[in-house]
Amino acid sequence: MHLFNKIFNFYYLGFKSMTTGKTLWLIILLKLFVMFAILKVFIFKDFLKTNFKTDKERSEYVLKKLTETK
Amino acid sequence: MQGIDFTLVDWSRAQFALTAMYHWIFVPLTLGITFIIAIMESIYVKTGNPEWKRITKFWTNVFAINFAIGVATGIILEFEFGTNWSNYSWFVGDIFGAPLAIEGIMAFFLESTFIAVMFFGWDKVSKRFHLLSTWLVAIGSNLSALWILVANGWMQFPTGMQFNPDTVRNEMSDFWAILFSPVAVNKFVHTVTSGYVLASIFVIGISAWYLLKKRDVLFAKRSIMVAATFGLLSSGYLIITGDESARSMAKYQPMKFAAMEGLYDGVQNAPLVAVGFLGQTKKGGTPDEIDFAFKLEIPDMLSYMAFLDANAFVPGIKDLVNGNKKHGIISYHEKIRLGRMAIESLAAYKKAKDAGKIEEAKLFLKSFRENFKYFGYGYYYGKNLNTLVPNVRFSFYSFHIMVILGGHFALLFLLVLYFTFNDKIEKMKWLLWSALLTMPLAYVASEAGWVIAEVGRQPWVIQDLMPNIAAVSQIDASSVQTTFFLFLFVFTALLIAEVKIMLTQIKKGPSPIIENQLQNQIKEENKNV
Repeated sequence: MHLFNKIFNFYYLGFKSMTTGKTLWLIILLKLFVMFAILKVFIFKDFLKTNFKTDKERSEYVLKKLTETK
Repeated sequence: MQGIDFTLVDWSRAQFALTAMYHWIFVPLTLGITFIIAIMESIYVKTGNPEWKRITKFWTNVFAINFAIGVATGIILEFEFGTNWSNYSWFVGDIFGAPLAIEGIMAFFLESTFIAVMFFGWDKVSKRFHLLSTWLVAIGSNLSALWILVANGWMQFPTGMQFNPDTVRNEMSDFWAILFSPVAVNKFVHTVTSGYVLASIFVIGISAWYLLKKRDVLFAKRSIMVAATFGLLSSGYLIITGDESARSMAKYQPMKFAAMEGLYDGVQNAPLVAVGFLGQTKKGGTPDEIDFAFKLEIPDMLSYMAFLDANAFVPGIKDLVNGNKKHGIISYHEKIRLGRMAIESLAAYKKAKDAGKIEEAKLFLKSFRENFKYFGYGYYYGKNLNTLVPNVRFSFYSFHIMVILGGHFALLFLLVLYFTFNDKIEKMKWLLWSALLTMPLAYVASEAGWVIAEVGRQPWVIQDLMPNIAAVSQIDASSVQTTFFLFLFVFTALLIAEVKIMLTQIKKGPSPIIENQLQNQIKEENKNV
């Protein structure tokens, strides 16, 4: 518990004493929010995972696409 | 491939290029400046001189800004694989999975532990542990880059895998062959070294600004001393690794090699174009050809660079497209025929297997395996062969800009180091201005390196196996266009934020130092001199 407290305080005091760092953390958090809560959820859906249920279906689809030569 | 939408392919490529190039604005500085900081802190721990601590802390703050703005910008590239390049993502199978997983785990532990010690640990942990953390951040960031570059190296020279026709995925058969493939090794060392050079120029440029402003002089001179030494050593290594990269390119990606030199007709004793300007495109040939409006050549140099033999034959674009029997080069027509056979054999294998015709399936599988190395060429059956030639203008200029700027950087390091050692750097205004103005050029050279690596290998997403037209997902091109402009906006905003915060930090300068303490240090140094 003592070690846990020390680690917690290390990070807590570190973050607390930041000046420019606070702006930077705000940018990081905003960026991560945009990436994972907006882009990944609404825009960057995994094409094969979204459109097919099983790996077999996915492989059959890709095979079909890769072997369409006419 | 039926109904290929070239607009979709082009927009998907443009989006990937945009995100990759913006991501790369942040990465090389991190790769290099962490080592520069580690060296500075090592001097601090060794000498106990607080000025070195002040120097280390300032550059750590600069690193923090770059790191914070740049962190996770690469994740979007991974999103794009799944959305825009799903056929490719499926086809590469677990080849990418292992390196990217290692990279992710490594980055997480590195960022949550040692970077925290580096930023928050001053006066809280021992000097030596802090120094160890700084070195581990430097080494860890570079190792993190290793896995991405190994994955990229595999795309340029696929090896150590076996294609499974039942799952339509490549399976890793030899991890070490992928990790230590000559292309991956050269790519890693050349790329990270270019980051060291960029970071050195960055540190020198900002320090030069302090000297021009006549402020924080000792700080600036010491920063220059470390960065110029590191930069000069890195430049030497950059030339060696660049030379190795060119040789491996000539062997494994001869089309890229020919394109970056604008070489259409293969020759023995091939000269290297030192400086050149491309002229008009002559259409109608196979392939189209671009003339030189002007060129200055170094005799035999290209042959030597490619094969360590001044008499060696270097194939040109025409030799590669039309074939050259004398030099054992198969034409693209033949490769397309064999590739087409591979594609048809794969389809026939699957059909026979599903129908329970096992012996027939085995025969098709044999034919597929024999021609698999030309698989990607099969998609160009009946198409214009020019689509198999990369953009020569882009390749040529990006390569030459990179090389010429590389020479400029080495010369700059040499001059800066010479005048700093002779304590004349402050008087050399032209050199200080030159150092300052070189900062953006370092980014230009770094991006140009990626342009030659990626544009030069077109149309291949995976060399010879998968072209971009086969790799792309069948999604709506307009959605890719929309996200392209969205990213352009987001990344530009991030870049503006970085530059703004960075400039504020630079204007603020290193932490103030008690005047007496500084005076004492200067006196002490004068005594030592």
